[in-house]
Amino acid sequence: MSEECFDAEELEELLRPVVERHNGEPLQLVQILREAQEVVGYLPAALLTATARALKLPRAQVEGVAGFYSFFHLTPPGRYRVLFSDNITDRMLGSGELLDRLCNKLWVERRKLSEDGLVSVDTTSCTGMCDQGPALLVNGQPLTRLSGERIDRISELIRAQLPLGDWPAEYFRVEDNIRRRDTLLSAEWPAGEALRAAIARGSEAMLAEMKLSNLRGRGGAGFTTAIKWESARRAACHTEADAQAGARYVICNADEGEPGTFKDRVLLSSYPDLVFDGLSVAGFTIGARKGLIYLRGEYAYLLPALRENLERRRRSGLLGRAVGGEVGLDFEIDIHLGAGAYVCGEETALLESLEGKRGIPRIRPPFPVTAGYRGQPTVVNNVETLCKAALIAIRGGAWFAGLGTKQSTGSKLLSISGDVEMPGIYEYPFGVSVEQVLQDCGAGNAQAVQVSGPSGVCLAMHEFSRSIAFEDVPTAGAFMVFGSHRDMFEVARNFAHFFKHESCGFCTPCRVGTSLVANCMDKIGKGLGTQYEINQIFKIHRLLHAASHCGLGQAACNPLFDTLQKFRPAYERRLCSLDFEPAFDLDQALAAARQMTGRDDPAAHFGFAARLPGVAS
Amino acid sequence: MGAEREPERGAERVVVGDKRKLRLATASLAGCFGCHMSLLDIDERLFELVERVDFDRSPLTDIKHCGACDIGLIEGGICNAENVHVLREFRSHCKVLIAVGACAVNGGLPAQRNHLDLGQCLQEIYLTAPDIVGGKIPNDPELPLPLDKVHPIHEIVRIDYFIPGCPPSGDAIWKFLTDLLDGRTPRLGHPLLHFD
Repeated sequence: MSEECFDAEELEELLRPVVERHNGEPLQLVQILREAQEVVGYLPAALLTATARALKLPRAQVEGVAGFYSFFHLTPPGRYRVLFSDNITDRMLGSGELLDRLCNKLWVERRKLSEDGLVSVDTTSCTGMCDQGPALLVNGQPLTRLSGERIDRISELIRAQLPLGDWPAEYFRVEDNIRRRDTLLSAEWPAGEALRAAIARGSEAMLAEMKLSNLRGRGGAGFTTAIKWESARRAACHTEADAQAGARYVICNADEGEPGTFKDRVLLSSYPDLVFDGLSVAGFTIGARKGLIYLRGEYAYLLPALRENLERRRRSGLLGRAVGGEVGLDFEIDIHLGAGAYVCGEETALLESLEGKRGIPRIRPPFPVTAGYRGQPTVVNNVETLCKAALIAIRGGAWFAGLGTKQSTGSKLLSISGDVEMPGIYEYPFGVSVEQVLQDCGAGNAQAVQVSGPSGVCLAMHEFSRSIAFEDVPTAGAFMVFGSHRDMFEVARNFAHFFKHESCGFCTPCRVGTSLVANCMDKIGKGLGTQYEINQIFKIHRLLHAASHCGLGQAACNPLFDTLQKFRPAYERRLCSLDFEPAFDLDQALAAARQMTGRDDPAAHFGFAARLPGVAS
Repeated sequence: MGAEREPERGAERVVVGDKRKLRLATASLAGCFGCHMSLLDIDERLFELVERVDFDRSPLTDIKHCGACDIGLIEGGICNAENVHVLREFRSHCKVLIAVGACAVNGGLPAQRNHLDLGQCLQEIYLTAPDIVGGKIPNDPELPLPLDKVHPIHEIVRIDYFIPGCPPSGDAIWKFLTDLLDGRTPRLGHPLLHFD
């Protein structure tokens, strides 16, 4: 339907039910655009105008939001929109060749819509299927374990215009791949157990257990969860009436965008009740009546099951009014879908996105705990953090504090991918050595591990005795292993392009800096780089670290910095030995003029002699 | 922006207290000489400047080729083969090479042709324009061939400093040069980098 033309009236007709479903609430803009796009196929200009009118928003704001997110299309993306996951782990499994193969089979150019409007093929940032890649999304649905054969079959299915529902179900199978279970994954956690335990303790006592547990955020930053909860609980709402109405919010950050991370995917598929329980416990403890889950767009396929689960909880009295039979204890959970923006994993960008805006990080302070969603006290916690909070409600803070290390209590889910025999989810108590993890997952010849994704740290062999813990190697969970046959320069180049693509564009150091760095890496990759580019990278690294608005820019050069320290020969063997070289062929730049003038004299070329000063001028 | 410097080349090469007069060269490549006019706008401070530097190749001296210099100022971007040769000559003879003005820094106005195809341009100008009869694209070897795109100078050779502005004011150029001559890392503060 995407290539059809709609008139304005028709679009308004299509838009009306979507807007009504969201009560015409401008804060729901991202959700409204997403749902409208599902109906229309893309977001034509007239639809943006109609949306602006219906929500009484400036049109520029609507267009600004529509233009921000990767998964919003302002032009028809084709009836089949194929997006290959472009994480380095997918590439290592041959995603690049598979993409070319599909393009060849379909007679399309990458990034361009086919002439018949049927299909477009492109890449997208990591889709969180690193343990079963190479992966792609077709119309938002993930396909895993791609092979040449599968790609051929997919091209046939697309050309036959078969609806996705009729494709082999096997293609869409997403495995959990849980390989090591510790406290969280080794037990069954019945729905509502944690919430009931928290209610039985009372909110004060629950907070005390949280303090005792010393639980730290599992999203990477490692902030003490109890401090967040206590601050939000104590923070004043806008008005007394807001406070009476419980206008505080708890938000589950399920925007798992860090390349190489997929633990939240597994928790949401196989432990959703634990996540919802954790969210409810957090809500109960801080006095919130509303919980929100910000689910990354790539995980939209989880939505039906999650909604069904919420319905089940509602029926069994775990959600809605008088939760757990406690009169006056009301709690609702909504799920918001992201639309393809890594930066929205940053909690204040996430809040902006939840409020229907471009995902641009806010200036802090004020912190979300005092002024978060809708300006009210808000706790934003990672999926895994909330699961751990649920466990603490059930088993108590002292039990939790006894696990892991003193500064990093409890266990951690690692998402292991790359050159290992058994990629998947491994749960370890904090303090486990990198060596141990490598041994368990069957990484025979590892030369490097990228811990916590591109914004984390790249460890070389001599550091494998270090431990996974906030006091040593902190992590949000990603653990990408690179065998000794891998080219660490290409790994870093992949990450540089990732940050360039995902920079939100708000602050100049990050918007321009990530681009400059990616250009430097491409130039070095083409064999035209010199020491000059290496110096540039270090210089931009310092600049981005100091001057970027948020963590994205600050971390954007980390993988380059690390690999330049630890894998420098991978860069140096690509450098020309010269002081500086242009990134393009100067002689070729004269070709057009040579052709037009018919000249072929020495001065019409840049030969070696022409390089010597004074000779040719 | 402005007074950025490559880390590997120490500022001490233009030393404070080194009483030797420094040599300065300037050139305008694909530019309009506006930046050179701005240099002249330092007015009576030119006397102070010639106390402290000797001019090498420059439109002010009419010296045709650059000798060993301490400082090179380049105005304009790179639009043809000759620009490349001149720029390379400057790079190999100047310890410190500075991009002066919007065209040198970014390509500037001449780079507006970059979205046009060079072949089509030449064809239209010399062959197919309405009032042309028996036209011919000039092909004398004396003429430098145009590059297919106009480039900022830092895409051709390594550049040590950038002075933005169209043109940078005489005050900005003066501040920059005196910083450099005195051995300070040049810094243009807000008023000198303020263009509206």
